[in-house]
Amino acid sequence: MFVLKLIARNALRHKLRTGLTILGLLVAVTAYGLLQTVVDAWYAGAQAASSTRLITRNSISLVFPLPLNYEARIRSIEGVTAVARSNWFGGIYQNPKNFFAQFAVSPNYLDLYPEFVLPEAQRQAWLRDRKGCLIGRQLADVYGFKVGDVLPLRGTIFPGTWEFVVRGIFEGSDETKITRQMMFHWDYLNETLRKSAKQRVDQVGIYIVGVQTTEGAPSVARAIDATFRNSLAETLTESEQAFQLGFVAMSNEIIAAIRIVSYVVIAIILAVMANTMAMSARERVAEYATLKALGFPPRFIAMLVFGESAVICAIGGGVAIAAMPYVAAGFKHFAGEYFPVFEVSTLTLALQAACATMVAVAAAIVPAVSAARTRIVQGLRAIG
Amino acid sequence: MSTAPFIEIRHLSKAYQRGGQTVPVLNDINLDVMPGEFTALMGPSGSGKSTLLNLIAGIDKPDSGMLRVGGLDISQLDESELADWRANHIGFIFQFYNLMPVLTAFENVELPLMLTRLTRAERRERVELTLSMVGLEDRATHYPSELSGGQQQRVAIARAIVADPSLIVADEPTGDLDRVSAGDVLALLRRLNSELGKTILMVTHDMQAAKSARRLIQLEKGELGAPASEPGA
Amino acid sequence: MGIPLSYIIRNLWTRRLTTALTAGGLALVVFVFATVLMLDAGLKRTLVTTGEFDNVVVIRKGSETEIQSGIARDQARVVETHAAVAIGGDGQPLASKETVVLISLLRRGDSRPSNVVIRGTSPMGIALRPQVQIRTGRAFRPGTSEIIVGSSIAERFDAAALGGRLHFAQREWTVVGVFDAQGSGFDSEVWGDVEQLMQSFRRTGYSSMVVRLASSDVFERFRADIDADPRLANESKREQTFYSDQSKALSTFINVLGLTLSIIFSIGAMIGAMITMYASVANRVGEIGTLRALGFRRRAVLSAFLVEAMLLGLVGGAAGLALASLMQYASFSTMNFQTFADLSFQFILTPAVAVQALVFALVMGLVGGFLPAIRASRLNIVEALRAM
Repeated sequence: MFVLKLIARNALRHKLRTGLTILGLLVAVTAYGLLQTVVDAWYAGAQAASSTRLITRNSISLVFPLPLNYEARIRSIEGVTAVARSNWFGGIYQNPKNFFAQFAVSPNYLDLYPEFVLPEAQRQAWLRDRKGCLIGRQLADVYGFKVGDVLPLRGTIFPGTWEFVVRGIFEGSDETKITRQMMFHWDYLNETLRKSAKQRVDQVGIYIVGVQTTEGAPSVARAIDATFRNSLAETLTESEQAFQLGFVAMSNEIIAAIRIVSYVVIAIILAVMANTMAMSARERVAEYATLKALGFPPRFIAMLVFGESAVICAIGGGVAIAAMPYVAAGFKHFAGEYFPVFEVSTLTLALQAACATMVAVAAAIVPAVSAARTRIVQGLRAIG
Repeated sequence: MSTAPFIEIRHLSKAYQRGGQTVPVLNDINLDVMPGEFTALMGPSGSGKSTLLNLIAGIDKPDSGMLRVGGLDISQLDESELADWRANHIGFIFQFYNLMPVLTAFENVELPLMLTRLTRAERRERVELTLSMVGLEDRATHYPSELSGGQQQRVAIARAIVADPSLIVADEPTGDLDRVSAGDVLALLRRLNSELGKTILMVTHDMQAAKSARRLIQLEKGELGAPASEPGA
Repeated sequence: MGIPLSYIIRNLWTRRLTTALTAGGLALVVFVFATVLMLDAGLKRTLVTTGEFDNVVVIRKGSETEIQSGIARDQARVVETHAAVAIGGDGQPLASKETVVLISLLRRGDSRPSNVVIRGTSPMGIALRPQVQIRTGRAFRPGTSEIIVGSSIAERFDAAALGGRLHFAQREWTVVGVFDAQGSGFDSEVWGDVEQLMQSFRRTGYSSMVVRLASSDVFERFRADIDADPRLANESKREQTFYSDQSKALSTFINVLGLTLSIIFSIGAMIGAMITMYASVANRVGEIGTLRALGFRRRAVLSAFLVEAMLLGLVGGAAGLALASLMQYASFSTMNFQTFADLSFQFILTPAVAVQALVFALVMGLVGGFLPAIRASRLNIVEALRAM
C-alpha cells in the first residue's frame, strides 16, 4: 500500500535516529520482560506447590521444631495419606555464594513429591546408603556433580563438616519444578546429633502431609492443628501453596518495587520515542502542508506519523520479544542461585507487546494530531 | 466565443491576526479570469499576491466575499470538501518545489493520482506521459536530492498536471532558479497554456517571468492596481 | 576562545519540548539510580550502626546468625569470666546472655505474617546498648511476661503498640514500652526477659552473648582465646561487624539489582540524549559553519556541544534527584535473606548519594552527546554554510 511505502521510506530517512530509537525500544522492552520474569520467579515455589500437600510447622515460627512423636499422630488423622519429615539444613558448599537448598528428609519424602523423577536403581541406592544424598538436575549441571561424588557441606545450624555421597540425580517433571536442591537422610542427621548434641535429637523442622483430596485439605489442616492445640509445640498447618506464598509475602516490598521499576523503564523509552516522533514531525511540516494542498486528507497525515511510530515499535518490540527466551536463559545462567526457576511466561510476552503498542500510540498521538492539523499556508512557508 | 469566466471574484477580503493585531491583506478584490488565460500576479512584498493565490487555490479561506472557480463557490466549502476539490481541480507549483524527498521523481509525479481510483497501470501511463512532456523520462527513478533545481521544478510541474487539473497555480516558480533553468520552466508553462489550454495563475516578482504570461495583474497594499496590458506575446 | 554559555543555554530553551523530553528520560534513570543508592545507604546505616564498637557478640562456631547459634549455660559462664570482659560498678561482668528467635506476626493491614526477631535479654543487655532509648512506657521487669518493642515494630505490626498484647509460646506478653534504636537493626526487634522467654520456648541454652570489652585493644586477645578454648565451640566478632556482615547478602542483592537496572536504563536515556544532540547539530549546521568562519576553533564547537549535552544531563539529574529525595518520606521493609527476619530501613539521601547521582547524570549526558559533538566539530565550513 502506498501509505506503507511512505511510512517505511520516512522511517529510513534518518537511519541513525531510527536505528537508535529501535535499539532503545529493544533494551527497554527486554528490561521490562526480565523484571516481570524476576517477579514471576519469586513465586516459583508457590507455583510448584501441590494442592494435595499440606505443611505443618511450629506455630511460633519456622525457627522452632516439632517433636518426632507428632508424626504418628498426624498419620492417624482421617484424610491423611502419608507424612514425611523435612529439616532445613542450611549448610555451606565451599563458600556462602554457592547457595542451594538442602533438606534432611524421611525415606518416604519422594513418595510425596512425585514430580521429582528418579530412576528406581538410584532411589534404592540412596535408601541403602545412610550418608547418601540426592541432588536435582540443575544442581548437578551447575557444579558438575555425578553419581558417586562426595558432597561436603559446612554446617551452620548443625555445626561441623558433613560429607554426603551422591546416590542419585533427579529430574523435575516440568520446567516449573525446582531441581536446584539436595536431599539427604533425616535419620543420619538425627543419629549424628545423638552423639554430639543430645538436646537436639528427635526434632523435625516441618511435616509434609499428603491428603486424599484437595477439597478435604482444609479440614485435615484444621484437624491437625486441633490435635496439638495447648500442647508444648502448637502447630500451624497450611496448604503448601500458602506456605510458599508466606515467604514471598515477606519480600513483597521488594517485589512491588521491581514491578514499579519495570514500568519506569517503559516511561523512559516513551519519553525517548515521543521526542523522536516530535522531532521528525516538526521537520516535515512543509511536506505535510504540501500533501494537504494536493488534497490528501488530515487523517492521511496522521497515519503517516502513527505508522512510523508503529513500525519502529514493532521492530524494536518484536525483536525484544523474539529474543526473550535467549536473554532469560543467559540471565538464569548468571543469577541461578537467586532464581532456580526462571521461565518467561506467555503473559509476560503479551505484556511486552502491549507496552510496545502503548508506547507507539502514546508517543505519536500529539505529533500526529498536530501534523494532521497543519495549516497549509503556514506549513508551506516553513522550509523543511 | 462567449464563455463564462473561469474564476469569478467579488468583494473578496482577507485579514490576518498577527500578535493580537488584525492586519488587512486583501481589500474588496473584484476580478474575473477567463478559461485558458495565463495570468501573472505581481506586486511588492506584502501586497497580498500570494494570499490571493492561496485563496483561489483553496488552501486558505477568505473572510468575506464570493470566490467562484469553475462554477463552484469554493468559499462555502468545508475543509474536507476543499481537499477533494483541490485534488480534482488544482495543480500546484511552489517556489521551493516541495517534492517529497523520500519519493523518486516518478513517485512524486504519481502522488496526486493516489487520490484517484485509477489502476496502477493507468497511473503509470499518465506519469510516464507527463514526465516525457517535461523532458525528464530518463530521470524517473532519481530522488529529488539527485536532481538540479531546474529539474526538480520540472518534476513539480509534471506533478501539477498529471491529474489533468483545470487550474494551475504557481507561486514564484522561478524564484529559486538560475536564468537558464528559469527559462526552461517558463517555456514549459507557456506550452501547457498554449498547447493544452491550461488556465495558469502565477505569482511572481520577476519581470522576466511575467513576460511569459499573457495578462498582468498588479496588486498593491491589498488592492488591484490598473488592469493590464499584454506584457508579452 | 570558547562559545558563550548563554548561546548554549538559549539553544536548549528554544527547543523546550525536546529538552524537556530528553531531560525527563534522564531524570527517571537518575531517580532509579539515586533511590537504589539511598536504599543501600539506609540499609548500611541500619546495620552498620547497629551496636557499639566495644561490644563483642559471641556465637557458636560456624553459625552465621544468632538464630542459628546456641551457647550452653556452662560455656556462657566461661566467656563472661574472661579477663577482657569489662567489670561494672557492682563488680559484675558487663555481659548479657541472650536468646534470639523468630516469631510470626501479622503486619498491619496484611493477612500474611512476617518473621520478627524476639530477643530475650536482661537489664544488662539494655545497658550494653546505649543507642537504645525507651521513648514511651518503660523497660520490662525481669521475671514477668512484659516485653518492649522497637519503634519500627510498633508502627508496622498490629497488636504491637504500647499496651498491646502478643500471644506466642502459649503465653500472653504485654507491650509495656516502645524503644527507639536510632534507625539501627534493633528497631525491628522485640525484647523480653531472657529467662522467661527461654522457659516459654523450652530452650535450655542461650543463642548468643554480648560482652563489653574492658578496653578496645583487648579484642584480638579475647577473640583468639575464645576461638582456641577447648571447652567452648564459639567464635566472636565486634558487634557492629557482626550485624553488618548479616546484611551482606541483602545489600549485595540490592546493589547488584539496582546498578544493573540503572545501567540498562541509562542506555535508554543516553540513546535519547544522542538522538536529541544529533538533531541539535543537524538543525544548526549553518550556524556552526558561521561560527567556524568567524574564527571559532573546532575544539570550541566540540566543547559547546558537549556542554549542551551535559547541561541536559544536569537538568535531568537535578529533577531525578529531587524526585528521589521524596522517597525519604517512605520506609522500606523486607526479609533479610540471611536471617529470615523482617528488617525495616529508610531511604537516606546523603551528600555522597547526591554527588554520585549528579555525576551519573553528567556522564550520561557526556556519553550521549559525545558522537554528535564530534560530528559537529568535524563539519566542513563551506558545506555547512551552503546548507543555510
